[in-house]
Amino acid sequence: MTTIETSTWTTKVGLARMLSGGVIMDVVTADQARIAQEAGAVAVMALERVPTDIRKFVGVARMSDPKLIEEIKAAVSIPVMAKCRIGHFVEAQILEALEVDYIDESEVLTPADEEHHIDKHEFRVPFVCGCRDLGEALRRIGEGAALIRTKGEAGTGNIVEAVRHMRAVQKGIRQLHALRPDELFAAAKELRAPIDVVQRTAELDELPVPNFSAGGVATPADAALMRQLGAQAVFVGSGIFKSESPERYAQAIVKATTHYDNPEILAEVSAGLGEPMRGLELGEIPVEERLAVRGW
Amino acid sequence: MASQAPSRRARVGVLAVQGAVQAHLRAIREVGAEPVEVRLPRDLAGLDALILPGGESTTMRKLIDAYGLREPMLALASAGAPLLGTCAGMILLAERIAEGDSPVLPLLDVEVRRNAYGRQLDSFEAEVSMPAIGVEPLHGIFIRAPVVSRVGPRAEVLAVDADGQPIAVRQGKVLATAFHPELTEDRRLHRLLIEMVGTAVGHRA
Repeated sequence: MTTIETSTWTTKVGLARMLSGGVIMDVVTADQARIAQEAGAVAVMALERVPTDIRKFVGVARMSDPKLIEEIKAAVSIPVMAKCRIGHFVEAQILEALEVDYIDESEVLTPADEEHHIDKHEFRVPFVCGCRDLGEALRRIGEGAALIRTKGEAGTGNIVEAVRHMRAVQKGIRQLHALRPDELFAAAKELRAPIDVVQRTAELDELPVPNFSAGGVATPADAALMRQLGAQAVFVGSGIFKSESPERYAQAIVKATTHYDNPEILAEVSAGLGEPMRGLELGEIPVEERLAVRGW
Repeated sequence: MASQAPSRRARVGVLAVQGAVQAHLRAIREVGAEPVEVRLPRDLAGLDALILPGGESTTMRKLIDAYGLREPMLALASAGAPLLGTCAGMILLAERIAEGDSPVLPLLDVEVRRNAYGRQLDSFEAEVSMPAIGVEPLHGIFIRAPVVSRVGPRAEVLAVDADGQPIAVRQGKVLATAFHPELTEDRRLHRLLIEMVGTAVGHRA
């Protein structure tokens, strides 16, 4: 056997494919990470605060303390992800040195650069990035993101933004697929995305990397809704550890993500779960405090 | 009449509780068989073969047990249906799992070690020589891959890594690889699975 290369594009996208059909859970302690793994999470996102608490927190939200990330890595055998600020390539370098399994260049943290995202091709660790529409997804893939997540409004427990953005991406792909090859150049201009990624997406009739859903998922039904709308997996942030019984919510959301098209099972796992996280109406959030709009 | 009817396409299930299911479904179609997603025991009815895909074995194990899939999958195997496990699928098929996890479908006389090559940064691609499927090497994609740390007398090693550790094994009609043939265009392993269906005794009756 001759080893060709480590950390290739195929292994980066491949790990995302392995997470398909699963739930990635936000955790803020090693104990929560163990609960998440025990409930069937496919990966955990190591954070200092879940998005609901970031909303209440006044000040700059940054990468988590490496000590916390190391504790969470030591606590579980499933992959561990961590977030860096948009454009903050030094936080990303630190997360790579910590050997996290995926880096989320995330709008949930305070952006470090209002023009440039990280050149993710330069890293050996794979990256996931958020998007609100097809153009944003394809720009991130062009920069080297090996996994896309359509953004919901994180920390609200309100699925409306996740649905809006998933529908926008799926509709964009259908429209692209319908175009003639000579019409893709103008489409790339309109999408403000690299032509090669546009051509590949049009040909495949899907994104060239997996697409998950993140932000606003609070119930098993929310997770199943995003799966039926085309998400291959779901990220759940505040929805689990801000609910009345995190273990039961975590298990129920895992089952709902697998059996997303089976209403009998969805009814069964949704029954008697206790209070979900308290939700936020989008109208209650001033536009300048919305997280999903961050990303360029 | 019956002897003149064209043989029906093999029905190949892919355990679809979690993991890289789509790539296996596509591979099954490409070798001329009919893919079936398996989430509940009833989905196993009438299958000729079953694939256990890559994914997170801890998650898959919980969903297998939550919906009672363990016994009917073992029954399918004992009825003579061939099985293929890739990566996490190999862990599910092992009789022994290093570091104490209990086995799920103990059909391979091996011990496996999870995440044996390290974290995602150590995921890699390599050419794998596997004489059982031909002289041309396979392109192996190893993602947080396991290895076979011990091989019992009933299992046969089909391929080893650069350090001589087994990365593909077979026991009767059960095949397993530490890598992901479904993520390449090489369909020799999926064809081998279908060929084994042809030799299954009694199951298709």
